[in-house]
Amino acid sequence: MRRWITGKGKKRFFIYLIWIFLSICTLFPIYWLFLVSARSRIELFGGPTFFQTTFYIKNFTRPLLNDIYGSYIFNSVIIATGNTILVMICAIFATYALSRYRFKGANNIFFWTITNRMAPAAAFMFPIFLLYSRVLVVGEISLFDTHIGMILVYCLFNLPFAIWLLKGIVDGIPISIDEAARIDGASTLGIVWRIIVPLSAPGIAVASVLSWIFAWNEYLFAAALTSSDARTITTGLAEFVTIVGTNWGEMAAVALVSVLPALLFLGFVQKYIVAGITFGAVRE
Amino acid sequence: MKSTRTAWLFMAPTLAILVFIGLIPFIYVLYIGYFDWNLFSKIRGMSWAGLNNYRKLVFDSDFNASLGRGISFTVLTVSIEMVLGVLLANLLMMKIRGIKFFRAIHSLPLTVAPIAIGTAWRLMTLPGLGPVPYYLQKIGFDFNIGRYAQQAFFTTVIMDIWHWTPFITLAFLAGLSSLPQSPFESAMVDGANRWQVQLHITLPLLKPVILTVLFLRIMDALRIVDEVWMLTGGGPGTATRYIGIHIWRVVFPKTDYGYGSAMSVIVLYFTIVLTWLLITSISQSWKGVAK
Repeated sequence: MRRWITGKGKKRFFIYLIWIFLSICTLFPIYWLFLVSARSRIELFGGPTFFQTTFYIKNFTRPLLNDIYGSYIFNSVIIATGNTILVMICAIFATYALSRYRFKGANNIFFWTITNRMAPAAAFMFPIFLLYSRVLVVGEISLFDTHIGMILVYCLFNLPFAIWLLKGIVDGIPISIDEAARIDGASTLGIVWRIIVPLSAPGIAVASVLSWIFAWNEYLFAAALTSSDARTITTGLAEFVTIVGTNWGEMAAVALVSVLPALLFLGFVQKYIVAGITFGAVRE
Repeated sequence: MKSTRTAWLFMAPTLAILVFIGLIPFIYVLYIGYFDWNLFSKIRGMSWAGLNNYRKLVFDSDFNASLGRGISFTVLTVSIEMVLGVLLANLLMMKIRGIKFFRAIHSLPLTVAPIAIGTAWRLMTLPGLGPVPYYLQKIGFDFNIGRYAQQAFFTTVIMDIWHWTPFITLAFLAGLSSLPQSPFESAMVDGANRWQVQLHITLPLLKPVILTVLFLRIMDALRIVDEVWMLTGGGPGTATRYIGIHIWRVVFPKTDYGYGSAMSVIVLYFTIVLTWLLITSISQSWKGVAK
């Protein structure tokens, strides 16, 4: 943290003003979602107002409790949680191997791994859809429209992300701790479980939350690879217009629910998200 | 001596998953691109087509138009975002109370589902409901992105700027505040003016950050689907049907698998080139850190 200009008075006030203005710009669309979700049909078409004293709860209760959106949320939770667990288990072991062993091609494997994060969904949609629905089919059983299929697909971008994020942390754990434990008779698995996992717990927590949010937010793969049983909340939201004849208040309510996890964990992950997205080229 | 067998064993689950979900589909899409495979055609299954799909692609005006639209969208959004982001980061370089709070708000668009962002913007720009057409109407401007192609295009551009400028600002703030002090001090001693410092010291030192952010943004802007699909549905007409939306909504439902795969390969080719540039610039920045 250097080179901060430590000006005073007017300049400081000016900077606060810019931050506040930008924050209002950033928050306004989300706030508008909230406003629309709180209004009944009649309230909505009386010209826009920016404050709300009443709350039309039916916008939330009808789609979530009486319609299919409750089960979409359930699917999203299952897929995001399953994906996060799978990703973290694989990532912890992979990171330990990449960080502690000098095996042939380790660097290439690391870079190939993080390249997968860049895979464009629109291009992978065709082959994965075909593999899921036509090629890897045994009788009636296929990966198409299953939770496990979606859990696997999201590894494509979450696994590289988690490995990258954890690698920096595991690299920072002194190797002498491993060696001391080994002398005390710990197995390699024991070292990973008793030393690496506890010492990198904060990093694991951040990687888990971000993986969970990325899986929760994903749309294109979910839309292409599911039809009903494993449909997620984002696909449900995208179908809103066609299914219900566009009840805008309910659409805003469902959108708001889909935004909730991001809002809840924002404070926790904000420090890492820029570094995470740029693969550490930008550090705090 | 540590055995590399353990290392491979630990890597195995990761490699297995990434091969299954990354490498195999990649090879498979290259393979299908050489075949005719259409569910609705007379021939059942695949038949060899050689380079026909790619030949067709070159003269496919819809595909080329969507690619062109995507490129103009990308050039416009990324250049505006970079300029705005750099300007704001320079303006906001000051240690103030509550910066964490402001940073948290600015990272919000990065964590919110793009589909929800598209929904929010749709509700803001919907005639009769949103504030944008309402107030523009009052000053005598007919705003309807369901009807006017240019307005729809520029609305998607503005939405993307709203979405990603905070990210660029935050990235440059982090980059600027982690620069080493000594080059600036010696420049000061040598009597360099502000612009010389910016041009000859700040810019070269920030090069890895600039390149990383730039390539990431280009890649993301080229493959944009979710927000735009939610906001305009690719319309009106084809005004906002960018390349990803074209594949997703026009080619995918036609079940023309061979042709769609060839199209995917072209998109992948773009991605690979950009990823390679991205990784080069990132490893450059890591070398910089190691020094």
